[in-house]
Amino acid sequence: MKNRTPVTRWFDRVFVVCCSVLAISGLAQMPIFKRYYIADIPGLGWLADFYFTHKTHYIFAAFLLALLAQVLVLWFFRWRTDLKLSGGGMLRVGLLAGIVFTGILRMIKNQPGMSFSPGMTMIVDWAHLGLVLLLGVTAVILAMVKRRAYATWKK
Amino acid sequence: MKNKNVSRRTFLKALGLGGAGVLLPGTVQAARQGEELATLLDLSRCIGCGECVYACRESNEYKFPRPEKPFPPMFPKRVKVADWSERRDVDDRLTPYNWLFIQSAEVEHGGNVHEVNIPRRCMHCQNPPCANLCPWGACSREANGIVRINDDVCLGGSKCKNVCPWDIPQRQTGVGLYRKLLPRFAGNGVMYKCDRCFQRVAEGVVPACIEVCPENVQTIGPRAAVVKKAHALAESMNGYVYGEHENGGTNTLYVSPVPFEKLDAAIQKGPGRPGLQPVPNMMEDEENLAMASVLAPVAGVAAGVLGIGAKLIRENEDEE
Repeated sequence: MKNRTPVTRWFDRVFVVCCSVLAISGLAQMPIFKRYYIADIPGLGWLADFYFTHKTHYIFAAFLLALLAQVLVLWFFRWRTDLKLSGGGMLRVGLLAGIVFTGILRMIKNQPGMSFSPGMTMIVDWAHLGLVLLLGVTAVILAMVKRRAYATWKK
Repeated sequence: MKNKNVSRRTFLKALGLGGAGVLLPGTVQAARQGEELATLLDLSRCIGCGECVYACRESNEYKFPRPEKPFPPMFPKRVKVADWSERRDVDDRLTPYNWLFIQSAEVEHGGNVHEVNIPRRCMHCQNPPCANLCPWGACSREANGIVRINDDVCLGGSKCKNVCPWDIPQRQTGVGLYRKLLPRFAGNGVMYKCDRCFQRVAEGVVPACIEVCPENVQTIGPRAAVVKKAHALAESMNGYVYGEHENGGTNTLYVSPVPFEKLDAAIQKGPGRPGLQPVPNMMEDEENLAMASVLAPVAGVAAGVLGIGAKLIRENEDEE
């Protein structure tokens, strides 16, 4: 238990499911699943439905925002005195913050009456995609070197 | 973006006598302040002469694709090339080299036969799915209502066409950024469509199709004024409006003396030939879900606070 952050197992699982669905529905925004026959696999046709995957992305983004808000409250009012962020934790928190920020900008841009310049639109989209790829690579590397914990207990 | 260079004189500069009729009051100020402009097409005036089609080509020719051949072999083989470079003269549908074409229909209505000509191009939606769903940031909606594809960035995945209710953007293979990335494995060229002559509007000149029309079919102005004029015009001819509410609202409004259902049934439709069907707001669910996303963190904070409260109560009970 000492090596784990004090979140419940259900929280862990919901977070993993949330991030996985967001990663898949996010990648599905690129027209690759149909091109590479993945959407032809029975049961995966929805991966080529851009509207469906876009709405799915929005729904799970809302779940992620709720989870992160809950963790922030717990961190600042309860855990901060006993826990400190690990190096890998800090890196991933920074990447997550960037992903959330660019995602929120994208949601704002997609509202009626909102306009970003072509340059700004491109920066937001590329940053969102780039940060997600960086987070994925970071998570895999930290898992391989067995340093997955976001935070460790203070001595 | 504000544009101080726009004046009534520059807007009218390229227009002939009577051209002022294509500008609604407030257009110059709206253009100067980068506000949303819309166009109105009075179909009762269009004679199908094609001047707008030729003017569009001439004005935008410098933007047309210049593909390098041979095209990179595509992987997997199901990915088909789209090559219009040998068929640049096609003008009876939308292509990467023809961003505006005229549909014609003969429709019986109210005991009369109407011959209606319909200039077709991008509708420039108010909340365009092509711009909202482009994963690469290549397509965007500008404050003045223009929806534009950046041909330096577009990879030609054709997603914008798939999500467009009218299938407007058209692909040309062998051109664009994809050739410098993974030409065999990702992308397939660049998507092209009407950008409402953004370069002219930026200089305070109306789009070429509007300027050249001998019948003053089109009017440009602030959207609210255009909508008002569309209704007044429809009322005067006992006609119908299309584009005001389609896909949640567009910046291209048509007014016709015959119902658009009849026109939709009568026009030739297919690839590059959009219909005039009713279109629901394709982004409506996302608009509502975005509101849910605003509430989600509030729920998370509440869950966190309640969790702390429950834990503190438990701890106090344990101490007692």
